[in-house]
Amino acid sequence: MSHPNHERQNFGFYILIAMLIFMSIGPVGILLINSLKLDVNITSGAGGLLFMPTIRNYETALCDLLWYKPDHLRFCRIRFGGAFINSLIIALISTALTLIMGTMAAYALVRFRFMGRDSMSLSTLAVRMIPPAVLLVPVFGLWNNTFCIGRTTLLGEFIRDTFGGRGDICLAGTHSGIILIYVAMNLPFVIWILQSFIVQVPYSLEEAARVDGAGPFQTFFMVVLPLIKPGLAAAAIFTFRIAWNEYLLASALADRTTMTVPILIVNNASEFDGLGTIFATGMLLAVPPILFTLFASRQIITGMTAGAVKG
Amino acid sequence: MTRFSANRLTPYLFAAPAALVMLLALFYPIGYMIWGSFRAWDPSQSITETEFVGLANYARLLADPAFHESFWVTLVFAFSVVSVEMVLGVSLALLLDRKIRGMSLLRTLFILPMMIAPVVVGLVWRYMFHQSYGTINRMLEAVGLPKVDWLGQNPLLSVIIADVWQWTPFIFILSLAALQSLPRSALEAARIDGATTMQQIWHIKLPLMAPVLIVTLLLRLIDAFKVLEVILVLTGGGPGLQTEILALRIARTAREFRELGEAAAMSNMLLMLLMVLTLGMFAFTRWQEARARRLRFTKEEEG
Repeated sequence: MSHPNHERQNFGFYILIAMLIFMSIGPVGILLINSLKLDVNITSGAGGLLFMPTIRNYETALCDLLWYKPDHLRFCRIRFGGAFINSLIIALISTALTLIMGTMAAYALVRFRFMGRDSMSLSTLAVRMIPPAVLLVPVFGLWNNTFCIGRTTLLGEFIRDTFGGRGDICLAGTHSGIILIYVAMNLPFVIWILQSFIVQVPYSLEEAARVDGAGPFQTFFMVVLPLIKPGLAAAAIFTFRIAWNEYLLASALADRTTMTVPILIVNNASEFDGLGTIFATGMLLAVPPILFTLFASRQIITGMTAGAVKG
Repeated sequence: MTRFSANRLTPYLFAAPAALVMLLALFYPIGYMIWGSFRAWDPSQSITETEFVGLANYARLLADPAFHESFWVTLVFAFSVVSVEMVLGVSLALLLDRKIRGMSLLRTLFILPMMIAPVVVGLVWRYMFHQSYGTINRMLEAVGLPKVDWLGQNPLLSVIIADVWQWTPFIFILSLAALQSLPRSALEAARIDGATTMQQIWHIKLPLMAPVLIVTLLLRLIDAFKVLEVILVLTGGGPGLQTEILALRIARTAREFRELGEAAAMSNMLLMLLMVLTLGMFAFTRWQEARARRLRFTKEEEG
């Protein structure tokens, strides 16, 4: 610190940094390496870093998507491909919906005074921290029993004739059911974080747009949205991350056809054989978040700090 | 006239979609859960068929030693991860608050653990903690130390280590941001007056960072009560009930024991606990803002 202009630090400092890097990405490296190893090599520990990488685990995991039949497989057991597609559909749609609704609501809360504004902003704040475990019981009950279309109604009959099945048509077991709870769960956070970005948009710009004859929706989409892109990116990443990684609520709502990747990992993690396959599945689940981190770390940090500073 | 009413409606049009979804899928379920916590409720019944039992679910929980243990484990877990992470994260931020090249790359690498799915974090750590072929035991062996039965003998410690690995960077990044936005003048003045590095940290940096640190601590504490997946994959709550935190116990009560009423009562207790923490955080930031305004006001009066 005695030479403020120098960037040179002592040797111990670099060792500390090297250790920190090793510790933070080491486990991710283990995930990657093990996903490229055969089961026997994972448990015996033979070779360490020197081994012949194999994509066999990925072939096993993705067997339902492959156009050819891997030699080592007699039977496609882990249907990771289908789960991957489910995860993708659910995470993308719920992120898009959360962002659209959340930005609009945040805009209303920042720019307008209206009846119910205070109660809305207070209640969003109060439920911002709601854990999925708290929602498990009511969501299970409601999505299975209440949020249903009776089988005797017109729409219910139509759906039953088109898609088959018996009984009432309920939200549980559908993509929409999982998307609905993810959107609701993420909205408070997104509204709250975007408010701090919208406040910074100069009001004069919006007024100028209004003078030029733009309506409120035009002003919102053409003037406000482009200016809060960093906030939108941060909110999108956080929402996607939760929807993509969530296990508990999805496991309560999904059925065999709508299963997401985290459910599949938890269901198969306890089995003894297929260690390599489960690592490959985990690696595939980790790829989108890793990509986000590498390409949008600035936005992630912005979002995180905005969250803490504003409280 | 039509134009006027359109203006009046505008805020409602903007707020309506989000409000509707939250009412339907967030507030209604919470009310439903609170209502259900007063009823004897089996998963095969719809809630209208259930019987009202008053506070029986809560009474049963308060008398249940398994619930006590689970509550205790939750508190121990939450408070130990938060204190370890605060100490580590803040000291790392103080150490690394220098002008070095590659700082942004370093931060990027540090965020990685937080972004990866908790399920995957659990998976990797379960492998690393494995008694015979786990990475940690192999490292211990390599330096001549005895092997440790991590998940069998020290399950809570293992779970805490995994969480500290995943979330210390969160504290680090927030404290680093706080450090870098400190007023340069105060630090400069201290340096000119000959304060040592330790004195600068204790008397200038930490007090000035305190508001952000307190909010960070509360945010992290609230999150620590929500952890579930890492523990589920790592230990499944076991052995025995040693790592069965409340969130996990709710899931098990609902699924395995099929006692939805009791699970709802437990959810309600967890919710109230978190609500208190959230409102505490809210009150703190409000107080902080008011104080800052007051300070600015008096400064203007004087100047």
